[in-house]
Amino acid sequence: MLSIKNLHASIEGTPILRGINLEVKPGEVHAIMGPNGSGKSTLASVLAGREEYEVTEGSVNFLGKDLLDLAPEDRAREGVFLAFQYPVEIPGVSSTNFLRTAVNQVREYRGLEPLDAVKFLSEMKEKMKLVEIDQKLLSRALNEGFSGGEKKRNEIFQMAMLEPKLAILDETDSGLDIDALRVVSNGVNKLKSNENATIVVTHYQRLLDYIVPDYVHVLYKGRIVKSGTKELALELEEKGYDWIKEEVDAAV
Amino acid sequence: MKTIQINKATEQFLQVQPSHTSFSELRKAGLEILEHVGLPHFKEEEYKFTAISKKIEQQIKDYRPATSLTLTADQVDQALFNGFEGDIVVFNNGKFEPSLSKVSNEGYTLSSLQESSSSLLGSIANAEADPFVALNNLFFENGVSIKVLKGSQVQKPIFILHFNQAQGGQAIHSRVLIEVEEQAEVTLLENTISLDQDVYFSNTVTEVKVGSNAHAHYYRLQNENRQAIVANNFVTDIHRSATFTTVATQLSGDMLRNNLSLNLLDAGCEGNMYGLYLLNGKTHVDNHTNVDHTKPHADSNELYKGILADSSRGVFNGKIFVRQDAQKTNAFQQNNNILLSEDAIINTKPQLEIWADDVKCSHGCTTGQLDEEALFYLQARGIGKDQARGLLLYAFAGEVLDHIAYEPFKAYCIEMVQERLGTQF
Repeated sequence: MLSIKNLHASIEGTPILRGINLEVKPGEVHAIMGPNGSGKSTLASVLAGREEYEVTEGSVNFLGKDLLDLAPEDRAREGVFLAFQYPVEIPGVSSTNFLRTAVNQVREYRGLEPLDAVKFLSEMKEKMKLVEIDQKLLSRALNEGFSGGEKKRNEIFQMAMLEPKLAILDETDSGLDIDALRVVSNGVNKLKSNENATIVVTHYQRLLDYIVPDYVHVLYKGRIVKSGTKELALELEEKGYDWIKEEVDAAV
Repeated sequence: MKTIQINKATEQFLQVQPSHTSFSELRKAGLEILEHVGLPHFKEEEYKFTAISKKIEQQIKDYRPATSLTLTADQVDQALFNGFEGDIVVFNNGKFEPSLSKVSNEGYTLSSLQESSSSLLGSIANAEADPFVALNNLFFENGVSIKVLKGSQVQKPIFILHFNQAQGGQAIHSRVLIEVEEQAEVTLLENTISLDQDVYFSNTVTEVKVGSNAHAHYYRLQNENRQAIVANNFVTDIHRSATFTTVATQLSGDMLRNNLSLNLLDAGCEGNMYGLYLLNGKTHVDNHTNVDHTKPHADSNELYKGILADSSRGVFNGKIFVRQDAQKTNAFQQNNNILLSEDAIINTKPQLEIWADDVKCSHGCTTGQLDEEALFYLQARGIGKDQARGLLLYAFAGEVLDHIAYEPFKAYCIEMVQERLGTQF
């Protein structure tokens, strides 16, 4: 589904990603872990098409298409979803209007009829249950004045509405208390199928108790320096990142 | 040198005027002021960003009122908008046109200024405060006087519609006087239709008196042709426990100068000023607003927002005076701008002068670009870049239009704003 080959990216001339290789197949959950500043969020941003990052080398293929060639909105329409680490507050744009515009633009791209107001609302009601999000929240402006937990819940709710093929969760656990974490993870798990894949970017192992990964990759200095199964995450939780840093730095 | 031009025009104008009318005093005083100070020079503080007099001197050959056009009922119909139901007051190149107006006189009386001979005329707008008022005093021919009768709630809005087309760069001097008597309520709308793309100079004066416990709503649209030069003086006296709200939507013109003054003359009254300027090309819009708190327990709210593209220019100057008597005043002012191009300019200046010591006043202004992070967020959800920009800009602008309480006019303004945001930015 997703094939990243030798991906290099920099911001304002400073290289951040220095040769990422990653293969993700339908139905899989991949966790990307690593110390602060290792390039985790950069990877998520580059995949979603954030313009500040310049890809200097390598390729990303998504379902047979050159992902790097697509505008951010077309990546979303092809089925890539980024759950933001810091969802943006947008005063004056109602959550419902925003979502309806998004859903219908994605549907149009896929050659589907737009959803009328009635169908859209019933779809919304159904998906709202999934992430236990309150109707009141959605009648407000997009993310405006939402708590950290509410914002993250809203991200997963949007994901449920847009039904992506590849979901990238960028530090979705940051700022969440344990109850919110459970709700958000439940939502993600319910959306999982054999058809879609998930990349979970996180600093802590905690989230992986709820969203169990098939593979765990450790990112350090812009490269994947170690890959393993969920046991690797537990080992990191116990021993921290220093032993990996030492291993890598010694090899250089 | 400018006074010579005015003198010549005045001489010619006064020759054809009846020798003695109720306006003679006003004209005489106007002429004196102009002879004395002339039109405002851009070296003067009040006009330092807006060299409108220079533009007028270059492009306007004759200050006398432009001759009337041949207007048809069809043209008036075309200027209406969906859902509009109400009375219509037509101005033909600055002169009241009764034959095309639709005046029910339900709850109010409308008369031409010549008939009304109201002593209020010229008493609200101070000709010494702005030479363009003096110029209008000198040259207006026949405007309207609208008197909303005591205690009456005028259900349908009154739509003041100006048709402008001054061949060969002439001047248009519209004059409106509105008196809302005690405990009455009225909604007024105003729009200007430029019938061609040629230059004209429109110099309008509107005087409003809102009597005790009365409520007036005034919604204006300025969407004139690309060469229009406009000086607009709008002054409102607000009396005890009365409210006045104005919402201005400004979309087009060459150079527009709007002086808007609210005089809060008694306790418990409220004045609200909202404005949206959505500019592109070379349009220059200058909003000078002025709120004068003279008595205790009065409130004023002001929100002006601007989106400026291309090499357009905006000026916002917001004065708030709180006199010594005006304790317990609440006065809030906000001006926010988005610049979409490197060549667009905004000059914004709040100016608060407070002599009372128990008041709540705040002001703030911001100028920024479109929020790139928000843009990316919308795109990452599948919304195309142009539409995402439109959504964000409308979200910014819509806050102003939300203050229009007459739904069909609000919808009309929204439609125009969205069309502009969708196609031109």
